[in-house]
Amino acid sequence: MNSTPTNDNPFAGDSSGIQQRETAARWGLRVGSYIVVLITVAIMLHIFVKGAPVVFRSQWPFVNTQFLTELPATLHVIEDQQGNHIETDVNGADAVKKKLGDHFRAEKTISYSGGGILGPIVGTALLVIVSVGVALFLGVACAIYLSEYAKHGKFLEMVRLAILNLAGVPSVVFGLFGLGAFVLTAPRFVGVPAERSVFAIPLGFTTISFEGWDTCVLSGGFTLAFVILPVIITASEQCLQAVPQGFRETSMALGATRWQTIRYSVLPFATPGILTSSILGIARAAGETAPIMFTAALAFKDKLPWQKDLPPLPADASIFAHWEQSVSRFLGIFTESVQALPYHIYTLAAKIPQNEYAERAQYGSVFVFLVLVASLAASSVLLRKRLRAKYRW
Amino acid sequence: MAADTPAPTDTEPLIQVEKFNYAYGDNQVLFDVDLNMRSEDVTALIGPSGCGKSTLLRSINRINDLVETARVVSGKIKIDGIDLYAPDVDVINLRRNVGMVFQKYNPFPRSIFENAVYGLRVAGIKDRHDLEEAAERSLRSAALWDEVKDRLHEVATGLSGGQQQRLCIARAIALQPRILLMDEPCAALDPIATARIEELIHQLRGQYTFVIVTHNMEQAKRIADRTAFFYKGRLIEEDDTMNIFHHPREQQTEAYITGRLA
Ligand SMILES: Nc1ncnc2c1ncn2[C@@H]1O[C@H](COP(=O)(O)OP(=O)(O)O)[C@@H](O)[C@H]1O
Ligand SMILES: [Mg+2]
Repeated sequence: MNSTPTNDNPFAGDSSGIQQRETAARWGLRVGSYIVVLITVAIMLHIFVKGAPVVFRSQWPFVNTQFLTELPATLHVIEDQQGNHIETDVNGADAVKKKLGDHFRAEKTISYSGGGILGPIVGTALLVIVSVGVALFLGVACAIYLSEYAKHGKFLEMVRLAILNLAGVPSVVFGLFGLGAFVLTAPRFVGVPAERSVFAIPLGFTTISFEGWDTCVLSGGFTLAFVILPVIITASEQCLQAVPQGFRETSMALGATRWQTIRYSVLPFATPGILTSSILGIARAAGETAPIMFTAALAFKDKLPWQKDLPPLPADASIFAHWEQSVSRFLGIFTESVQALPYHIYTLAAKIPQNEYAERAQYGSVFVFLVLVASLAASSVLLRKRLRAKYRW
Repeated sequence: MAADTPAPTDTEPLIQVEKFNYAYGDNQVLFDVDLNMRSEDVTALIGPSGCGKSTLLRSINRINDLVETARVVSGKIKIDGIDLYAPDVDVINLRRNVGMVFQKYNPFPRSIFENAVYGLRVAGIKDRHDLEEAAERSLRSAALWDEVKDRLHEVATGLSGGQQQRLCIARAIALQPRILLMDEPCAALDPIATARIEELIHQLRGQYTFVIVTHNMEQAKRIADRTAFFYKGRLIEEDDTMNIFHHPREQQTEAYITGRLA
């Protein structure tokens, strides 16, 4: 830069350093952004490179269906004299050993790393359904109340602050809360209250007993619901606030009640945003480990939640009995404990001795998990686009 | 024209504002307003911005109840002698009888048809035939039918600004209210669209009692029988429009209409 005062160009830069600082600032910010992008790409690539080969095949049907349709199982790896490794399950092990005869050299077993991950996928899906259902219902109700009914003032500010604080609570605390509240004390209808029941209200035909729901999908789903509630409430409230005040005034000026106004002229226009935020909530709920550790998840389970040994109904059972059994079978799904993807990944990574087989199962699970979350995010964007196009103002 | 019909002075006023004081929180914005409006008149409220015109207008259908801090300090607004702020008044019923059109045309982002029948739907009318009839009647009254009859089910926000505002008028008159309140209905429109709205008001006067806030004094001259001039929350002068513009009694009124009052 020319710093001589004799320069007769009035627009020439000076040497005060402003431009150097400008350049430095721009480069600083640019480098920061590049680092973020780089690390993101590195994470994605890492998972893709290690996980995709577990899930995909080079031959038809190109997908490792076993990985997606079987329950986790103990993997048996049998080594022969030539050093070849044969992978099989517990039933196949003996046959393989017999066939190898003298060629058999060694056998290794690796827990949880064989079979597939259907159990964790199903468990996570159920947990997400319950938690998002509960959180949407409570969260949207709360957001509507805060945004449309509550009077501004100290109390409202306190409620908002409380919700924000809820967002900052570590998720393991939610896990402990869920253990105390849902697993051990939540009310249920029983014939005879259990000994551990905290409190029981006899109603004659049944008893409401505060003895908890045990570790099950319901307990875990409710716990997760409280983890994602702050996100859903805050986002829903923002979406409600974004609906023009004029819609409310016009609607009320046309003789609508407040609820009619919300129902017809506020909620429809806030729904795209609320749904988007709830899908982000899904990703969060699906990924949390700590809240479900004590409330719903098992490291291992050899049955899907609906696979139960119910005694067969007697041949002359009424239609009503059949119907009742179906309903209780369906509801029973939610009172089972389950495996869940994040907890399964944790188990594979931290609870069993590490080797190539365990690692393979880990990355396969992580890859499936990421694909699920990414497709949820994509569907949320699509859904929002479609709804936006329908309700634009 | 409005101005050359001598206004009969013996009819009972439909809307009576009596010693009306109104505040937002501690900030009082209307002071002792006394104003009568007769059912056959178009009344214009004029005055510099912030003088309380909208507040008064929005007190007549109690839409200002939505503003949390808003409150009546003292005084009354009566329609047909009934105090609107009496405890037994049902605001929903009141608003069905007192329609309102806002400054910014704001149809809902729904179909033209759904906009036209919104008030009827929330009033519980479900019969398709009744709704269609009402939609056509109100769209015809608002001089919009011919322009939209072939696209009733298209989204209303696709209409031009003037059409959207006429749709808002149609939507308000679908409930067949007695009174139509308009808060600067042409402020967001171009001159041609404005002229059509004014024409519409001319056609509808007599059927509805109009109370119109306007910033545009020429507009007040063109459409209003009576004009009320407000300044700093007080009603300064109210008279036949011609008198207000040609023989104002108050010095402030004259200053305002000649553009010397900010
Ligand atoms: N929602 C509100 N909350 C608080 N003050 C308001 C509100 N609306 C209007 N005001 C105040 O009331 C006074 C009158 O406003 P308004 O009735 O809108 O006047 P105009 O329509 O004549 O311009 C102004 O001083 C304005 O600041
Ligand atoms: Mg105004």
